[in-house]
Amino acid sequence: MSQHLQKEIENLKKNLLTMGSVVEDMVYLATKSVVRRDTRMAQEIISRDLEVDEMEVNIEEECLKILALHQPVAIDLRFIIAVLKINSDLERVGDLAVNIAERSLFLSGQEDICLTFNITAMAEKVESMLTRSIDSLVNMDVPQAYRIRQEDDLVDAYNRDMYEKVKEELALHPESANCLLHLLSVGRHLERVADHATNIAEDVIYLVDAQIVRHTPEDFMEED
Amino acid sequence: MVKNDTPTGPTAIEVRNLAFHYGASQALFDINIAIPARQVTALIGPSGCGKSTFLRTLNRMNDIIPGVRVEGDILIDNENIYRDKIDVVRLRKRVGMVFQKSNPFPKSIFENVAYGPRIHGMNDKGQLGEIVEQSLRQAALWDEVKDRLGNNAVGLSGGQQQRLCIARALAVQPEILLMDEPASALDPKSTARVEDLIDELKTKYTIVIVTHNMQQAARVSDWTAFFYEGRLVEYGRTKRVFTNPKEKQTEDYITGRFG
Repeated sequence: MSQHLQKEIENLKKNLLTMGSVVEDMVYLATKSVVRRDTRMAQEIISRDLEVDEMEVNIEEECLKILALHQPVAIDLRFIIAVLKINSDLERVGDLAVNIAERSLFLSGQEDICLTFNITAMAEKVESMLTRSIDSLVNMDVPQAYRIRQEDDLVDAYNRDMYEKVKEELALHPESANCLLHLLSVGRHLERVADHATNIAEDVIYLVDAQIVRHTPEDFMEED
Repeated sequence: MVKNDTPTGPTAIEVRNLAFHYGASQALFDINIAIPARQVTALIGPSGCGKSTFLRTLNRMNDIIPGVRVEGDILIDNENIYRDKIDVVRLRKRVGMVFQKSNPFPKSIFENVAYGPRIHGMNDKGQLGEIVEQSLRQAALWDEVKDRLGNNAVGLSGGQQQRLCIARALAVQPEILLMDEPASALDPKSTARVEDLIDELKTKYTIVIVTHNMQQAARVSDWTAFFYEGRLVEYGRTKRVFTNPKEKQTEDYITGRFG
């Protein structure tokens, strides 16, 4: 019975990682489509959303099946709970990638506006957080998860900075308001992706240490 | 550090440096545990780990086995139950026991429950009737048998027989109830009734239960003690032990990786 459960857990892990890599890819391409003004790329991302939704439902059903049939405890229970939560985080990240792609579709049809804000730098930070949050799950890497948690502040700072830049630009070029607001949305969506990466990191900490660190200031919880 | 992981309320049973030998083979090694009053403590562990032996030391049920030797102290109400002067019959009145296999006497339902109070000297018919009713009510059996108290107990279903044995144990008004796999021979519905009963009984009694059913231990107990190879490996709040065991042996056992 236990071997059976271990097999199911391995399978679940594999499916979650597949979903993770699809979603990572979507975020990467979404910001790229904004920068490159590439509508085909944006369309492709939008069309992948269904795939992610389907994966999410499958993973959730697998978790429910394992809970009902094996009634796991300890590390196995924490794993299933973490997967359930990470699963919905990843699905939301997929949605955010689609949102970014939709902004990209709009922006590519507009005159290029030169904003002094560097969206690529913010996107790279967010993508790195997302990738490493999934890595920390694979490697059960708690120190890494704590680092991701801290980096969320950096992304929030990027987002505030972008807000300020857009505000300044709006005052100078009110005619570009529509474009600027769409661009600001891209930043906000990226910031939300970082939040989900942070959630994933926190679930990894729970999985390994059985400690719920959510809503706790990092200074008190940081390892070592 | 996990908060509230050691019992802080009144202690019902204090076990200190307990060792137990069946002849040349030692079954328990240096057990130290404080079992809290009016709560449920589950003893879990693989077969042969010593949990049932430990349970039976608590009312000296092992005394009837020849060649056993006990070291250390077990205190109930500050009284060392292994001191010579202890009246074992009185001890077993205070520390009742329910076994895996229901074992009603081949007598009427009424007589089964009245048996204990009778041998402890109660003969008043009215009082006996009250005790029988009260005990059967506490064991959640009264409504099912009140119209046939004179029937032979052997005619009851397995689940009813087990609840009758619980009623019989309660009739002598124990402080502590030991249960050795009380639901392992019952169907899921009867098991659920016994589990609900345990939950009700803990408001008045201290309950120590041995179970092989991990989910049952998780459901019914407040505290869990994991035994392995005669040693107490881990003891703590059930919720904590089943979500975040400290010891690898505990984790391996409860997740089914061995045992």
